[in-house]
Order: sequence, then C-alpha cells, then structure tokens
Amino acid sequence: MSDSDWLALITTLKLSALTTLVLLILGTPLAWWLARTRSRFAVAIEAAVALPLVLPPTVLGFYMLVALGPHGPVGGLLESVGLQHLAFTFTGLVLASTLYSMPFMVQPLKDAFGGVGQRMTEAAATLRAGAWDRFFSVVLPLSRRGLLTAITLTFAHTVGEFGVVLMVGGNIPGQTRVLSIAIYDHAESMNYAGAHLLAGGLLAASFLMLLAVYALNRRYRVVHP
Amino acid sequence: MSIRARFRLQRAGFMLDVDAQFPLRGITSLFGASGSGKTTLLRCIAGLERTPGSLQVGDEIWQNETTSVPTHRRTLGYVFQEASLFPHLSVRANLEYGYRRIPPAERKVRLEQVVAWLGLNQLIERHDPAQLSGGERQRVAIGRALLTSPRLLLMDEPLSALDTHSKQEILPYLEALHRELEIPVLYVSHALDEVARLADHLLLLQAGQVIACGAPGEILARLDLPTAHFDDAGAVIEATVVQHDERYGLTQLDCGDGIVWVGRIGHPLGSRVRARVLARDVSIALQHAHDTSISNILPARIAEICDEGADKVNVRMTIGASNVLLSRITRRSRDRLDLRAGMAVYAQVKSVALM
Repeated sequence: MSDSDWLALITTLKLSALTTLVLLILGTPLAWWLARTRSRFAVAIEAAVALPLVLPPTVLGFYMLVALGPHGPVGGLLESVGLQHLAFTFTGLVLASTLYSMPFMVQPLKDAFGGVGQRMTEAAATLRAGAWDRFFSVVLPLSRRGLLTAITLTFAHTVGEFGVVLMVGGNIPGQTRVLSIAIYDHAESMNYAGAHLLAGGLLAASFLMLLAVYALNRRYRVVHP
Repeated sequence: MSIRARFRLQRAGFMLDVDAQFPLRGITSLFGASGSGKTTLLRCIAGLERTPGSLQVGDEIWQNETTSVPTHRRTLGYVFQEASLFPHLSVRANLEYGYRRIPPAERKVRLEQVVAWLGLNQLIERHDPAQLSGGERQRVAIGRALLTSPRLLLMDEPLSALDTHSKQEILPYLEALHRELEIPVLYVSHALDEVARLADHLLLLQAGQVIACGAPGEILARLDLPTAHFDDAGAVIEATVVQHDERYGLTQLDCGDGIVWVGRIGHPLGSRVRARVLARDVSIALQHAHDTSISNILPARIAEICDEGADKVNVRMTIGASNVLLSRITRRSRDRLDLRAGMAVYAQVKSVALM
C-alpha cells in the first residue's frame, strides 16, 4: 500500500469514528424522542431522517456543498464572523457524513428504545431513579443490541460513502481523500492492483464487522429474550 | 395519619373520579371488578399517571393543584402485577437497585433482613432473573420495593399472575408484611378471598368511583354493594379461640353470641382470629335442629333480605351484638319458611374458613 493509500485509510477511519461519535450524541436523544413522542411532527422528522436512504448521495452532497460553501448560509455565516467556510474541508465532510449516515444511527436506536417496555422505566421510577438515571441504568443496557447495530452500521456506512464525499470534500490528500475516492482514483488511472487491494480490504473488513455484530446480537437474544 | 386522594381522569370510555380518605396503616385494599379504575387510582397515587388532583400522604403533599412530585421522589414502593424485574441485572442487583438510590440515613430496611425474611438466600446469587419461577420473581420484586424503605407500599394485584401454589407461597409474607415492617400497604385486588384475608380497610370501586369505604367486615356484610353478588360472597367474623379439642382435632371459637367449631388450628387460647363464612355455606332453620351433621348452629336475627338473581335471595343476619352472617338461599325456601326481617332464626354454618 502506498503512503497516500495509508493516508486515505487514516482519513477514512478518522471521519467514520468522528461521524459515529457525533451521531451517537445527536442521534440518541432524537431516537429516544421519536420512540416515545405522540407529537404530530414526529412522522415528518422521521421521514426527513430517512431521506438519505433514498436520495442519490450527490443530491445531498450538492446541497451540503452549497450550504457550507462561502456563499451558502452556513459557510457565509462563518466567513462573516471571520472564520473559514467548510467546503472541501474535513469538518465539512464530518457534517455531511453526519446527515448522510443519520438514518443508520437513528432507526435501529429508535426500534431498540421502542422495544424497552414502559413498565421497565416505570419500575425504575418507583425505585427512585430519575429520568437520566433511568435512561442510563435501564433503557440503554436493554437497548444494547440496537445500540451495537446502530454504531456498526453508522461506522460501516460512513466508511463506504463516496458521492457525498466527492461533492463536499473533493479529493485533498490527508484531509478529504478517503478510501472510496482512492479506489476510484486507482481505477481511473488503470492501477487495478491498487484498487483491488483497497476494495478487497474494504469488502473483507465490512463483512467481518457485520458478522461480529450479528453474532453478538444473536448471543444477546438468547440471554435476554 | 391518613391518605387523602382526589383525582379526576378522563380516558376514552372511562372516567376516574375519586375523592377518598383512608388510614395510613395496615393494608388498605382497592377492590373492584376489572375496569373499575382501581389500578388507575393506584397509578395516580404513584405519580405514574398524570392527571389533575391532589394527594396527601400523612404530612407529605405529593400532589396539589400546582405541583406534582415526580414518582422517583415519592417515598413509595410499587409491586406490579408482573414482577417486572430488570432482565439485564442479577437478582442481587435488582434488589439493590432502589436501595442504592436512597440516602443511607433513610435506609431502615437492610438487605440481609429482606433476604432472610423473604427467603431469598438461594436466589440472590442467580444472574438471570428470567430463570426464576413466577412466585420467586414476585418475592424478589417485593423485596426490591421494600429495600427503598417506603412510607407506603403500593401493590397492583401482585398475586393475580401466579398459580395457586405460588399464591400460597406469597400470601403469608403479605400478611406478615405490615405486622413486621409496619409499612402501610395499598393493595389492588379483584379476588374477594384475598381481600377478606388481608385487608384492614376496604375501598370499593365501581366505574371509576369509590362507592364504599370502611372495614372489610362491614362492607362485605352489606347486601346493597356489588360484593354481595359474588359467587363467594360472605361475611367476615372476628372470634376468640376458647378451646382445643384434641380428640376430634377441632378448635372452638367464640364469636360474640355463639360458639363455632373449626378444624384444629395452632393459635393459642384467647387469641383473636378472623374467619370467613361464605353465604352459600349458610342455611337457615326456624328451629334448632339437633339431628343434623352440622355442628355449627347459631341463633341469629334476620336483618335484611335482598333478591339475588332470578331464583335466590341474600339474607343478612346478626349474631349477637357485633357479628354478621350472610346466607344465600333459594327464593322458594324464603317463601316456604316465610322469612322476614326481624325474625329470630338459626343459622346453620356448613363451613368456616379461617384466615
């Protein structure tokens, strides 16, 4: 593997880890709200969260590029306070990935939270546990299968993204050049050996990751019906 | 000390409208048919159901017009119909869940005490509560609630999901509960025998309203309440143990103005016992029959007769000054004997269930 391939790998892992972390922090309360609310807006929000599943990544990438660029609402605002806009930056890439991978975090979590019976949280409340306490001591542990699935899918999906990255991030080595772009580059320049190495590695790693999750979840199911 | 509860709650096809006051000691039973609102009332008291109202428990105000103390700040214990143990925690961690969450100064009940008292020694090191039997799970749930040292223990039909064997396993603990730990209990039930056995005070609910409130003996002896129509309707009598007959294996009870023989019980002479006499086990005679196998025949006076269905009547009789018996006989027998209120008769009691 060439140095630039290593760099692409590191960028990819950094991006995926950061995106997963951001989505854990943002997606968990959102999923909890969606699982418990009776609000009329919940349906609309759920649909919006699921949009990246059906939209071509280039569509999302295009709007993100416009929004984060120097003349967009986000990028423009940053420029006006003396900061850099976010198009073709790693930060911009994390923002775009967060939106793009959101359904992979929110939907499994929402299903898991919904599966924790209200009786469990009520029992915890009668045992003096406040709302946060109930969430961390009862809801999260009982949702561990969904949580594991959500984390893995989010991470794996971010590793594999291409269209959004290409639109928002471009192809800057060490910053926004991720594995999928590197593979594309190798194939474009007829370096099939290089493309094979990365593509095969990605395929094997993704499969192993999912295999581990499904095996773990199967074990949990036996322990906790 | 008492509990004062006022709640109004409107649901599709159901309305709870309760304004009740009952003592904060012993076991108070919330009794009624399914859909009468007894569980909903219990949930309102726990704060699990949010609805306008007010609630005072002893000197603490848990809810008024403006504020409602959240469930986790109310010093209550709650035992659900299904044990609802946390499946991801061991039996010990389940027991300690609430215990660890109260300030050490408020821990009046210790883990070892509860374990010993509920016989949990064999269970406490088990890792998966799902492997316990129904009765064992409910015992752990009761222990878990007790370990929060509650001022008030709420129990929502804790026996109804259990088989007869597990019920018999739990009942003695419930009886001993308020005697040994002096924690007042609100006990929701739709089983008359449980209530007659356990309750010191009874709140009768129907269609979301409290229709009667008082001592079980008084309420179960009334013919104008739904409890009189149960198949196992019957009066509760208080009696004193006066004599044991070892030769026949019997015990003699004095219930005010009469003597009743029951199967030998372990209670010492002079102790007070509570017994339940089902209406269908009591027949009525105009004269004291001597040539009968029934040995419990009490002089009684008819107080009231009410129709029961198409073919039966319920008869309320007073025995001496304080005790009451119910009898369910056919309408035909009533007419044949020409029974009327005020008549002196003999109540023939076929069986007495001690509790």
